[in-house]
Amino acid sequence: MTDVSYRPPSRSRGARIALRWGLYLMLGVFAFWYLLPLFVMLTTSLKNLEEIRSGSLLALPREITLEPWKTAWSGACTGIRCDGLQPFFWNSVMLAVPAVAISTLIGAMNGYVIAQWRFRGANLIFSLMLFGCFIPFQVVLLPMARTLGIIGIAGTIPGLIFVHVIYGIGFTTLFFRNYYVTIPAELTKAAKIDGAGFFRIFWSVFLPLSLPIIVVTVIWQFTQIWNDFLFGVSFSQAGTQPVTVALNNIVNSTTGVKEYNVDMAAAIIAALPTLLVYVVAGKYFIRGLTAGSVKG
Amino acid sequence: MRWLERHVPKLVLAPSFIAVLIFVYGFIGWTAWISFTRSRLLPNYDIVGTIQYQRLFASPRWEVALNNLFVFGVLFIGISMILGLLLAIFLDQKIRTEGVLRTIYLYPMALSLIVTGTAWKWMLNPGLGIEAMVRGWGFENFRFDWITDPKMAIYTIVIAGVWQASGFVMALFLAGLRSVDGEIIKAAQVDGIPTHRIYTAIIIPSMAPIFLSAFIVLAHLAIKSFDLVIALTGGGPGYATDLPATYMYAMAFSRGDIGQAAASAMVMMMIVFAIVVPYLYSELRSKHD
Repeated sequence: MTDVSYRPPSRSRGARIALRWGLYLMLGVFAFWYLLPLFVMLTTSLKNLEEIRSGSLLALPREITLEPWKTAWSGACTGIRCDGLQPFFWNSVMLAVPAVAISTLIGAMNGYVIAQWRFRGANLIFSLMLFGCFIPFQVVLLPMARTLGIIGIAGTIPGLIFVHVIYGIGFTTLFFRNYYVTIPAELTKAAKIDGAGFFRIFWSVFLPLSLPIIVVTVIWQFTQIWNDFLFGVSFSQAGTQPVTVALNNIVNSTTGVKEYNVDMAAAIIAALPTLLVYVVAGKYFIRGLTAGSVKG
Repeated sequence: MRWLERHVPKLVLAPSFIAVLIFVYGFIGWTAWISFTRSRLLPNYDIVGTIQYQRLFASPRWEVALNNLFVFGVLFIGISMILGLLLAIFLDQKIRTEGVLRTIYLYPMALSLIVTGTAWKWMLNPGLGIEAMVRGWGFENFRFDWITDPKMAIYTIVIAGVWQASGFVMALFLAGLRSVDGEIIKAAQVDGIPTHRIYTAIIIPSMAPIFLSAFIVLAHLAIKSFDLVIALTGGGPGYATDLPATYMYAMAFSRGDIGQAAASAMVMMMIVFAIVVPYLYSELRSKHD
């Protein structure tokens, strides 16, 4: 804690109170700025089109209507289909759940090996994997599109799962490696002397210690995969698109009347899962963010 | 059996290692190769030299994209850093509602950039959004139509990007402020050094590594920025808000010009290299020491 509360008694009491108020005012203004888009999305999604055209952006809805939400969920058009966001929402669920589970499991095993079973070259391998986290994915889009075609999973959800697992391994390995590196090597040594093998030690010594890092990794991967757009738009086709791609299609579809309220409801629906995760487990979300950037 | 037992760790790591070799390094190699060929709609593996790069740098659209990356990158990184630092310092003054405020400042980071883009696109809509609202208050001549103005549209991307990422920078800096040695600060206070000098002379310089991390993350976000542009402006008006990422995508998937797509992707990677490699190198070195 940076304790700067102590001040030499040079400043008058009035000035200090004024400063304090100014501080709170600034903080409030910024809070308003961050909340504004969410507020506008929510209120717009509850207004009818007439009210949107005649009313002001910040005005509360005079008559609350849930129609836009219904349309966004099950009636809005994405290209030629008009089933709303619903099928794509489930696509994202079916994509994110296995991709998160698999990449977390692989990351845990990798991290365990790199941190606790050091062998020659392990650090080089780790560096190579770490570097993979930083490449702009544009550089792998073309060959990946061809490879998915060759394997025969182009445009499918398993194909997208595959892509997310491959490019998620770097981060998940990093998370677990940095966590397991803080566990004393004596623990592994003692377990080995007791006759436990590689998997046994992982299962009964490391896994029980891993809950916090599993939560961090799962949240990180879920947010990344749910919010992904680049892979989704590049490697899916009409029926297999994830929710972000469908949202973009709804918003940018040029046919018919522009239904802003439906767009906003759709945007909130697409954002809900990750927002929920953030509200429920914000602490772990932040830890993942900072672990992904300030390593070690 | 013995052999197997001894090599289990390597065998466990092997599939990931092979996957990374193929899908990261092999694929980079493939893209690099293609960028030196005449490939158009289909890959052609005859190397002909730097013709794609010549075409790329002769393209006015690419020039716009690179310029935009520069403008967007500098403003996005600069403003996010300043705002993040300010908010962190403000929040570090024993604010009673800190928990709530922190949650509010950081939630945009949990959103998809497509959601962010959709929300801001609506608010920046001249006819119905902020412009219309301010006009409705009686300022008939108020103009805020950046999103439809080719000269100004790139700044709307900056606004939305800063909105999304500045809370994250705040969280980084706040963690940094909290890890500064309290004794040094107490000593400085006892010596009667004013608070703002304590920040500028002691606290902020000691957070240099965090500035670096924040810079790396933001730069990385800026170069990869794709979703936000697609959702907010679609690269338009015209191609006024194209970034290298959207240029690459357009070449790869709508123009069917994979030679250009490969060359532009390689340039993007070079830019990331130039920023990230020195950082990673120093990180890994310090780990070994």
